[in-house]
Amino acid sequence: MLKYIVKRLIIALITIFAVATLTFFLMNAVPGGPFQAEKSISAQARANLDAKYGLDKPLFQRYLTYMNDALHGDFSESLKQRGRSVISIITTKFPVSARVGGMAVLLSLIIGVPLGCIAALNRGKALDNVIIVLATCGIAIPGFVICTLLLYFIGAKLQWLPTYGLSSWKHYIMPVISIAVYPTAYITRLMRSSMLDVLGQDYMRTARAKGLSQSVSLFKHALRNAVIPVVTYVGPMLAYTITGSMIVEKIFTIPGLGSEFVSSALNRDYTVIMGTTIFLATLMVLVNVLVDIVYTIIDPRIKLK
Amino acid sequence: MKTNPLSMQLKLDPDDFLPASNDEKQSLVVMRESVSFWKDGLRRLVRNKIAMVSLFFIVVIMIFSFIVPSFYPYRYEQQIKGSENLSPMEYSEKEIARKEAGEDVFPHILGTDKLGRDYAIRVMMGSRISLIVGLVAAAIILIIGSVIGSVAAFFGGWVDIIIMRIVDLIYTVPDILLIVLLSTVMKSPIEHLAEKPGFGWMQVLGPNMISIFIVFALLYWVGMARMVRGQILTLKQSEYVTAARALGASSGRIIKKHLLTNCIGTLIVVTTLQIPSSIFTESFLSFVGIGVARPTPSLGSLASDAVNGFGTYPHLLFIPALLISLIILSFNLFGDGLRDAFDPKLKD
Repeated sequence: MLKYIVKRLIIALITIFAVATLTFFLMNAVPGGPFQAEKSISAQARANLDAKYGLDKPLFQRYLTYMNDALHGDFSESLKQRGRSVISIITTKFPVSARVGGMAVLLSLIIGVPLGCIAALNRGKALDNVIIVLATCGIAIPGFVICTLLLYFIGAKLQWLPTYGLSSWKHYIMPVISIAVYPTAYITRLMRSSMLDVLGQDYMRTARAKGLSQSVSLFKHALRNAVIPVVTYVGPMLAYTITGSMIVEKIFTIPGLGSEFVSSALNRDYTVIMGTTIFLATLMVLVNVLVDIVYTIIDPRIKLK
Repeated sequence: MKTNPLSMQLKLDPDDFLPASNDEKQSLVVMRESVSFWKDGLRRLVRNKIAMVSLFFIVVIMIFSFIVPSFYPYRYEQQIKGSENLSPMEYSEKEIARKEAGEDVFPHILGTDKLGRDYAIRVMMGSRISLIVGLVAAAIILIIGSVIGSVAAFFGGWVDIIIMRIVDLIYTVPDILLIVLLSTVMKSPIEHLAEKPGFGWMQVLGPNMISIFIVFALLYWVGMARMVRGQILTLKQSEYVTAARALGASSGRIIKKHLLTNCIGTLIVVTTLQIPSSIFTESFLSFVGIGVARPTPSLGSLASDAVNGFGTYPHLLFIPALLISLIILSFNLFGDGLRDAFDPKLKD
C-alpha cells in the first residue's frame, strides 16, 4: 500500500513536470507577449519591461530559470498585477473558489446520491421517470443559462437574493446552485445505473435471503458497492470545482481563482498562467491518488499494487 | 400386452422412426429472415418513443438551420436602419409606413437586436454554426480516438504505455487553458493558410472555427480513445482474431475489418453523445468570447451578447439559451436511445 502510494506520487511529480513544460512552451508559442496589448507605452518602455521580467532572453534559458525558481518555491511576480506575487494571488483567490465549489460538491452529493438510489429502487415507475427527466435536463442545460436564469428571476425580478459578491451566506446560494446542477444530475444518473447493477447481484439476494432487513441490505451492502463509480467521478470533479467555475465567477462577480485563470490566459500573464496551471495539476493528481486510497476503504476487495 | 407402470424400459413407438414427410420437413425450414444486428437495433430504436421525439426535434432544428435561411427574406448580418431593438412581431415606424404603402413586409418573428438585425435569422444561423461544430468535432474525434485507442489496445506494451501516459497528461491539464492558448496560437497561421490558393474553403468556415476544430481534435480524442481501448482489449482475445491472424491478415486489416467493426455500436453511441458535449463547449467558449468570430453568430455568442441588456430585452437571451438546451437535450436523449438499442451489454 505504502509502496504503491510512493510510486503514484513519483508518477504524479513527473506528470506535473510534464504539464508545466507543455504549458510553458505552448504559451510562449503564441505570437506577441504580455506587454503587446498595452498601446499607451512606447517601444522603448516595452523593451525595458521585457528586460525587467527577463522576457528578452532566449526561450530555453527562460524555461530553465523558471523551473529552477519554481523548484525553490519561487513562482515570481505577476506580470500584469504589478507587485503581487503569484503565490499571494493563489492564496487569496483559491479559498474563495474552494468555499463556493466545496459547498456545491457537497450539495450535489447530498442530493444526487439519494436521488439516484430512489430512482433505481423505483425502476420503471413514474418517480424513476421524473428523476431521469430532471437529471437529463440538468446535464443538458449549460451553466451560463442556469446562472442567467437564476439571476434574472430570483435576483432581478423577485429580488429574493443578492446578485453579486460574497458578503453574506445569502450571496452563496445562487452561485452554489448554479455550479451544483451539472454534477448533481451526473451523480444521479451514475448512482442510478450502478445501483441497478448492484441490485441484480447475487450477494444482494443472499443478503435478503439470510433475513437481513431491506434497509440493512440496502445501506450495508448495496450502497457501499454502488458508490464506487461516484467516487471515481467526484474526485476529479472536486479538483475542478474548488478551483472555480469561471462562468459562475464572472456572472456573479466572485473574486475567485477560475476567473483569474482565464483572464491570465487571455492577458498572457505568463507567470500567473504557470502558477495556476501547476497548482491545478498538483491538485488533480493528488485527488486521483486520494480516490485510489478511498477505493480500498470502501471496497476491501480492491488491492493497490 | 400388459405393461408394468414401474418399468424403466423405454416405450418406443415404431411410427417415430418413419422417414419424414415433406410437410414435416417444411416445418423445420426457417421461414423468417434472420434478424441482423442493424435491423434488431433499429427496431428497438424505433420503438423508443423518447428517442424518436428527440430525433424529430433534431430534424426540425436542422431544417430550420440549414434549409430555411436560404430563402428567408433577411440575412443574418443585414442591419435594418430604424428597426433596432424591436420585440417579437413588432414593426418599426418605417416598416409600418411601407406596409401602409401596400408593400409586403416580412415580420420580425423574434424581433431584432440592438444593431437592427433580424433575430430569427441570427438564431437560425447560430444553431447552424453550433450544429456544424458539434457534428464535425464529433467526426474528427471519432476518427482520431478510434484509431489511437485501437492501436494502443492492439499492440499493447510500450505503445500502450506511451499513449495512455499522453491521455493522462491531457486529462490533467486544465482544458480551458489549452483551449485559450491553442486557439490564440493557431489563429494567425490558419489565417495565413486560408489566403493561399487551394485553401479557400477555410474562408467559408472562418479561421476561428477551424482552430476550434483542431483544439477539439487535440483535446477530446482521449475519452473516445479510452472507450475504444477498453473494448478492444477484450475483443482482441476472441477466436476470430486468432483465426484472421492465422490466415495471414495484417494488423491494420484486423483492426479495421474485425476489431473496429465489432465495437461499432459503442462507436456510434459515444460519437452521438460527443455531439452535444462539443456544442456545449463551443457555446461556453463563445460565451466567454473566444469562440466563433463575429459577425458570425453562434448560440453561445448570441446569449453572451444578450446578457448585458437582459433586464430590458430578456427574450434575446432566452431564445438562444432555450435552443442550446433543446439541442443538447435532444442529442443526449437520442444518444441514450441509441445506446439502449445497440449496446449488446444492455440487451435482455
